[in-house]
Amino acid sequence: MGILQEIEKRIVFFDGGMGSLLQAEGLGPGELPGTWNLLHPEVLVKIHRAYLDAGADIVLTNTFGVDSLKYHADSSFPLETVIRAAVRNAKEAIRLSGKQAYIGLDLGPTGKLLKPLGDLVFEDCYALYREVVEIGVSEGVDLILIETMSDSYETKAAVLAAKEACELPVFVTVTFDERGKLLTGGSPASIVAMLEGLGVDALGMNCGLGPVQMKGILKEILAVSSIPVIVNPNAGLPRSENGVTVYDIDADEFAATVAEIVDMGARLVGGCCGTTPDHIRKVVELCRDKTPKPVTKKHRTVISSFAQAVEIEKSPILIGERINPTGKSKFKQALRDHNLEYILREGVTQQDHGAHVLDVNVGLPEIDEPSMMVEVVRELQSIIDLPLQIDTSDPAAMEQALRVYNGKALINSVNGKEESMRTVFPLVKKYGGVVVALALDEGGIPETAEGRIEVARKIYRTAAEYEIAPEDILIDCLCLTVSSDSKGALTTLEALRRVRDELHGKTILGVSNISFGLPQREIINAAFFTMAMQSGLSAAIINPNSEAMMRAYYSFRALMDLDPQCGEYISVYGGQKTASLGQSAVRTGGSGAAGIPAPAGGSGAAGASGMSGATVFDGRDVGALGVSVIKGLKEEAAAIVAELLKTRDALEIINGQMIPALDVVGRGFEKGTMFLPQLLMSAEAAKAAFEVIKDDMAASGQAQEKKGVVILATVKGDIHDIGKNIVKVLLENYSYDVMDLGKDVPPETIVEMAVENHVELVGLSALMTTTVPSMEETIRQLRLSAPWAKVMVGGAVLTQDYADTMGADRYCKDAMASVNYAEQVFTMKVPDGGGMDCALARKDIPTSDGLGSMSK
Amino acid sequence: MEWNDREILRYMGYRGQEPPEEIRELIGECKRELEQAATPRAIWREYPLFIRDHEIDMGCLKTQSRSLERNLRDCERVLLFAATLGSQVDVLLHRYTILQVSKAVVMQAASVAMLEDFCDRKNEETRESCRAEGWHLRPRFSPGYGDFPLDCQRGIASALELNKRIGITLTDSLLMAPSKSVTAVIGVSRVAQGCSIQGCEVCAKTDCAYRR
Repeated sequence: MGILQEIEKRIVFFDGGMGSLLQAEGLGPGELPGTWNLLHPEVLVKIHRAYLDAGADIVLTNTFGVDSLKYHADSSFPLETVIRAAVRNAKEAIRLSGKQAYIGLDLGPTGKLLKPLGDLVFEDCYALYREVVEIGVSEGVDLILIETMSDSYETKAAVLAAKEACELPVFVTVTFDERGKLLTGGSPASIVAMLEGLGVDALGMNCGLGPVQMKGILKEILAVSSIPVIVNPNAGLPRSENGVTVYDIDADEFAATVAEIVDMGARLVGGCCGTTPDHIRKVVELCRDKTPKPVTKKHRTVISSFAQAVEIEKSPILIGERINPTGKSKFKQALRDHNLEYILREGVTQQDHGAHVLDVNVGLPEIDEPSMMVEVVRELQSIIDLPLQIDTSDPAAMEQALRVYNGKALINSVNGKEESMRTVFPLVKKYGGVVVALALDEGGIPETAEGRIEVARKIYRTAAEYEIAPEDILIDCLCLTVSSDSKGALTTLEALRRVRDELHGKTILGVSNISFGLPQREIINAAFFTMAMQSGLSAAIINPNSEAMMRAYYSFRALMDLDPQCGEYISVYGGQKTASLGQSAVRTGGSGAAGIPAPAGGSGAAGASGMSGATVFDGRDVGALGVSVIKGLKEEAAAIVAELLKTRDALEIINGQMIPALDVVGRGFEKGTMFLPQLLMSAEAAKAAFEVIKDDMAASGQAQEKKGVVILATVKGDIHDIGKNIVKVLLENYSYDVMDLGKDVPPETIVEMAVENHVELVGLSALMTTTVPSMEETIRQLRLSAPWAKVMVGGAVLTQDYADTMGADRYCKDAMASVNYAEQVFTMKVPDGGGMDCALARKDIPTSDGLGSMSK
Repeated sequence: MEWNDREILRYMGYRGQEPPEEIRELIGECKRELEQAATPRAIWREYPLFIRDHEIDMGCLKTQSRSLERNLRDCERVLLFAATLGSQVDVLLHRYTILQVSKAVVMQAASVAMLEDFCDRKNEETRESCRAEGWHLRPRFSPGYGDFPLDCQRGIASALELNKRIGITLTDSLLMAPSKSVTAVIGVSRVAQGCSIQGCEVCAKTDCAYRR
């Protein structure tokens, strides 16, 4: 009988702690426990044996934390030998015990954080686990236990590795803190959603807490989980007494509490840190004869991100539709330019406006959709904690995105066509997800609600063949524009009601399709949205930046008893005189804020925004625009420039107000009267103004000229990029085209890009002494392959001496120094006034101390 | 939590100057977002200390460092200490580094202030309880200070099981991730120190922009 059958019948017992027992046997601090598989096999056999005698059904191999990062193939303890010995020790113990028991291959965290917050690539993490699983399986383990995981992303890599390398049962336990959260922020509901989606056989928690503290979290897990639950607590909460770790409860209390845990519904129990064969014996005695509580299906429609689960239940959820190039020329350009910043900003804006999920569509004929999709998903999930909806018709893009997605995604979409279902359902089954199913098939979009219900039925049936539960499907009842079919909306609404009432299913709609071809689309959209929600719509793909849609949503919730005491409605609209959402008030007025150089002399002309006050700084009138740049007021700068462009030439605006303003700030910074955040706020305000000018020029068919291309990169080994991004913002202000290669960039990549684009200036940043060597190596390679390129360096640990030793052309002590150096490098080559933009037009380049001489 | 705005401003390069209202607002936003995102955690364990021929032996870790040796004068034991604000703070920093670098700079400063304050409070608790038993704690001393080798990070990480216990990992280049994390050695002595020199004053880099 296999372990899974055992779990169905009775309570199954894991073994207990290993580390503390090894220490008691003499494992020294800093010594790798895995080496003992080879050095002291008799000790391992003895410990396993003790647990078997205590009644454990599953013994775990002594392979926690064993991977090729710590056990290199060419070391005295190569990975393969260590794992094989570990499995053999467990086997030997079972043989000696004469019992029937199972060997669990124990996988723990790698000890690394995944990119972008750490330096381990997801795929490399997967490979580390896969290697261990393959060896363990070939040596004859019975199951895989992935345990003590505190990062859902690393957990996903491990689960994929285990499931793709073998057919054995895969169990996963994660570690929660006393707040009931993973160390990386996930909740019980979010991790359960992801793990069940991935198809693990049992899940639960271990380590971190004692059994008493785990009870509350167990309740949360049991409420949402549909598979057997594992609980392996520590011996209690630890404290140090005379240098020895002791626990706040004893073995009897431990066992009594674990018995309660079994009564609550856990099916597999054992122990973790501090527990001994005695703990396990007592647990087995108390729980052996208990009748396990049945495992029930919860039928929840739920998706998750790394941090949160979103359940699709009574209240409709909002899926932001803005990350989609359709009909958006700026978005298309951003995709072509790899301008992720633009895309990420769309994501954050929608989150700020109340989206629960973000749709991600990056389909454009001329781009490599799978790689772009992966890049965008990775970046979005590194800055936004909302679940994503992977929206693509390209199966390769869909699979790759689902693979790197940190959670259980919404998948958009499948439809009733055979081919579509054959392609998409296996992906849904493998990676988990809730899938959007369009109610259309080979016959097209059925004209009647009845026809759409028929397609929905077929989709549910076929999904069942792939073991995809109905709750993991959202039927898209489809809406066609009412302008071409006056019954279109009625058909859609009827279909919504019938999916809810007859099929007991969940629904989704791309709401704004209803208004194609009509003027003032928002009016129809919002009205239809309310009707659709009233007809049972579970999830709406909308533009959350639209006030009309959000008003409809908040009103609906208030009116339908989904918003207790109208609390949410009041918090959104309570402070507003008239309902107006998402409009940040443009601030005006007020000069003479502390830190800003005081305007000298007479008062300049009041600007377009009506701002009053002095506008003369350092003897130059920077105008209202200049003042808003100096004060770092983005919205105001953009508004003023838009107004100015109606009457003035772009060049005049740039030269007359923007450049002088930037100079004021630059000089203030260099003199120490203004500080970095102000410098950057000004840069961002200037950037906002330049964007308006750029759009205006594009509209009149002009292209903005750039002064030159600068590569910026944080060197290999370094994962901090704030300094580099500061320089980037400033260089862009001064009309440089910045090629941002990111952080942790290998020298080869930097050289390749410099050569390919014949780039004349490369800026490198390094934060730590440990990464300075890779900066040096990058410079060495650049000198060899791109001798024309100047190299400027900066970063916390760098000094002039370091820079000289490495052979850099310039050490930049701060961001302004990089701008000044770029100006020197490029203006030496380009005549003044040769271009359209600010930096070309200027003559008075500020130089900072120490930059006067061009010694190199 | 209690914030020390002076410290935040100092980390941004201000030396007593009043920041404009716009920066004050940014600081306020950052504080609010950090209070939401941060999950401060700390861990410390005690180890014996032996110093022979300039080799500092802390049981789980051996090293040579004149500056650490000075710091541990008259000490019989050490506490290895680590603390972190958690990875959600890095998510915030990452977000604003891409989308609004001015705010990222303020967020950096505010998160460092928050972390330092958290460490100080944790250490103060221990200091009080040690004092009751006649022991005195020396100031925190971290790998990378003076000539205390950075590669001692590995020994500290493994002794304190930093990844498992509080989620701190090391990159290949010995950076900590999450980035807002601290590791340190704290000397434990029977001898009270008259004037404990700590923080900036210990550091030899006297031209540092952030020096107090």
